[in-house]
Amino acid sequence: MLKDITIGQYFPGDTIIHKLDPRIKIIIIMMFIVSLFFITSFSPYLLILAFILFTIKLSGVPFKYILKGIKPLILIITITFVINIFMTKGEVLFPLGPLNITKEGLYRATFMALRLIFLITGTSLLTLTTSPISLTDGIEKLLSPLKKVGIPAHELAMMMTIALRFIPTLLEETDKIMKAQMARGADFESGNIIRRAKNLVPLLVPLFINAFRRADELAIAMEARCYRGGENRTRLNELTLNKQDVLAVSLMTVFFGFIISTRYI
Amino acid sequence: MIIKLENLNYIYNPNTPFKKIALDNVNLDIDEGDFIGLIGHTGSGKSTLVQHLNGLIKPTSGRVIVDGIDISAEDSNLREVRQKVGLVFQYPEHQLFEENIYKDIAFGPKNLGLDDDEVELRVKKAMESVGLNFIELKDRSPFELSGGQKRRVAIAGVLAMQPKVLVLDEPTAGLDPRGRDDILGGIKRLYKEEGITIILVSHSMEDIARLVNKIVAMHNGKIAMKGEAREVFKQPEKLEELGLGIPQITSFMKKYKMKGNPINDVVLTVEEAKEELINYLRRKGNA
Amino acid sequence: MLEEMIRVENTTYEYGIRGEENHLIAVDNVNISVKKGEHLVILGHNGSGKSTLARLMNGLLTPTKGNVFVNGMNTKDEDNIWNIRETAGIVFQNPDNQIVATIVEEDVAFGPENLGIPPVDIRKRVDEALRIVEMTEYKNHAPHLLSGGQKQRVAIAGILAMNPECIILDEPTAMLDPIGRTEIMNTLKKLNKEEKKTIIHITHYMDEAVAADRILVMEKGKIMMEGTPKQVFCQVDRIKGLGLDVPQVTELAYELKKEGFNVPCDVLTVDELVNAL
Repeated sequence: MLKDITIGQYFPGDTIIHKLDPRIKIIIIMMFIVSLFFITSFSPYLLILAFILFTIKLSGVPFKYILKGIKPLILIITITFVINIFMTKGEVLFPLGPLNITKEGLYRATFMALRLIFLITGTSLLTLTTSPISLTDGIEKLLSPLKKVGIPAHELAMMMTIALRFIPTLLEETDKIMKAQMARGADFESGNIIRRAKNLVPLLVPLFINAFRRADELAIAMEARCYRGGENRTRLNELTLNKQDVLAVSLMTVFFGFIISTRYI
Repeated sequence: MIIKLENLNYIYNPNTPFKKIALDNVNLDIDEGDFIGLIGHTGSGKSTLVQHLNGLIKPTSGRVIVDGIDISAEDSNLREVRQKVGLVFQYPEHQLFEENIYKDIAFGPKNLGLDDDEVELRVKKAMESVGLNFIELKDRSPFELSGGQKRRVAIAGVLAMQPKVLVLDEPTAGLDPRGRDDILGGIKRLYKEEGITIILVSHSMEDIARLVNKIVAMHNGKIAMKGEAREVFKQPEKLEELGLGIPQITSFMKKYKMKGNPINDVVLTVEEAKEELINYLRRKGNA
Repeated sequence: MLEEMIRVENTTYEYGIRGEENHLIAVDNVNISVKKGEHLVILGHNGSGKSTLARLMNGLLTPTKGNVFVNGMNTKDEDNIWNIRETAGIVFQNPDNQIVATIVEEDVAFGPENLGIPPVDIRKRVDEALRIVEMTEYKNHAPHLLSGGQKQRVAIAGILAMNPECIILDEPTAMLDPIGRTEIMNTLKKLNKEEKKTIIHITHYMDEAVAADRILVMEKGKIMMEGTPKQVFCQVDRIKGLGLDVPQVTELAYELKKEGFNVPCDVLTVDELVNAL
């Protein structure tokens, strides 16, 4: 059930992609996302596809694993496709009652669905090859210049770390409470939406109460371990940039720069 | 016979690299009126086993028959089964959710579709069974209570279903000796007065020895030992192989006997040991 | 150098406000002196005030009345608070709720990182702490996949990495199975004997108190009994009256003595009783 969602779950490895500095990876993915939105025709998609396939190959993440990550989002992709195919006006290919499939619709729907698929695979490649810890480290470092304008970079990163740490614990707890209430005759599986939502109360109330209790205990434990915010804090593994990182970011800047420029050619 | 397990197998995550055999061809008969101690170290399959007893988990293969109903069958009526077998999980106080104690305990009976009078009767009785004062506590929030009291409310919530079989998974975990004695005393009373069948999962051999009449020991998903409590505790070597022990008092009597004192060493409680030793020491003194 | 690790002086701690419903005197005019290198066990049932006492001993709480000194530093002195917590680390009951990071070694590093230790030294401390609790092979594991005993050892390593002189443990075994409990008891023994740490172990399991140098028994915020394990457990009726247990063999010895047999009352283990009879 909940545990089956693998999208973005870290896939440990020791490849070039894994070893890249998380800051570099985040920057590259940002460029990737931006360039995706600049693309207006199909041909630059070939370059994007090449980039994705090449990165997957280098990262050693099995292709099947990536497909499994897309699976839960198929519904969203389908909806995007369907909406686009019917909502675009133009030359009619197949008349279907009040709705028409148009040539432009088909083109646009395919285009949007591909964009979504690329977006998902690209970003999940980031989380697949970067451990949560180094990802949060990277985000914290990248955001730290913004501390001056009041963005709490360290606190955000700490919140992410703790959330990641407690997700498996809370999933386990959800399963346990559900079973305990089912043993008392609770029914989480039948009835209409309102009924089902109401039936969730015996699950959600204990879950929240326990989460608050955990938060309370964790806060005290952190205080006991001398946690006092990000000031003067050091790290076990400090981030350092090396040659590969610089090379990767330069190459990718040229690459995505080219993709973006195709829009204006 | 109230519960019968036939060639029961359960595999977690089948057909994946994380495949784990949790139950391996388990066969077990439980008679009405048994008080069974289910022992085994963490990961031996105890928890998976007890979740089969009320259909929370369906077997990968094999059959679970509760009071004549095959609950492993596709179309079995789980509501009926869950009324017959009450399951109290570890740290049951973590499942409390209602604004007052009455409502929380009434949750189970209401799910059974009983009318309000019957529900009230059952809540009252369940609270008495665990030693909670109905008038005084029924309108209080369960979250104001002490840890031990909260746990008793949670147990009452299962008792109010009036199950024929009560399964308790480590009901005393984390409690201090007084809280532990309160809970175990309540369970013992329930067994004596109501005559329901009880399955107690516990790591404490002292508690097991004090309460149960039969023991089932699990290891690696299999039943490694089963029998009368006294018979099982006669085999400390075998229990040790399973990563389990015997009560300290039993182990003392064994050692004392080995030192050349002809006593009956199969005792389960301090009282029994005291009686046996007094008789022996007096005999020895007179001789 | 001071011989005294912690001194609790005429200390009272109250929750809530006097006269109101939620008012509670959790610790009531207590005096304790803990020597350096001592293995002290504080026994008491739930609600006896022992957890509050633990929190007073490293400045998580400050006394309503009286003073608590850690290595000579008053916990009321705000300037010393981080030194105090670095000197006296505390391990809590639920291992899940004190592990911060998603990788074992990252979690152990959390304390030293907060102290601003240079990365090279953090690495040394983390490796050393994991070695002591025998969790080195798990350093790259995710904590949620470990057993309860292993998680609790990671929590202990997290405290050890701050290099404390004293470790306070607040019911560290209450949520563990027998194997986990044995693991933690062995770790504590090692910390005290080999690493020369002062251990203050708060528990309600009497069998864990047998190995202590000294036992304090608490009830209603007061110290009711004090002495070596033998001195304390000898008083079977008093211990039971306080809602606690004694080892089964101790109880048997006590019962036999009551019946007029010549048995010493201070037996704590199976072998001691076998030899005494």
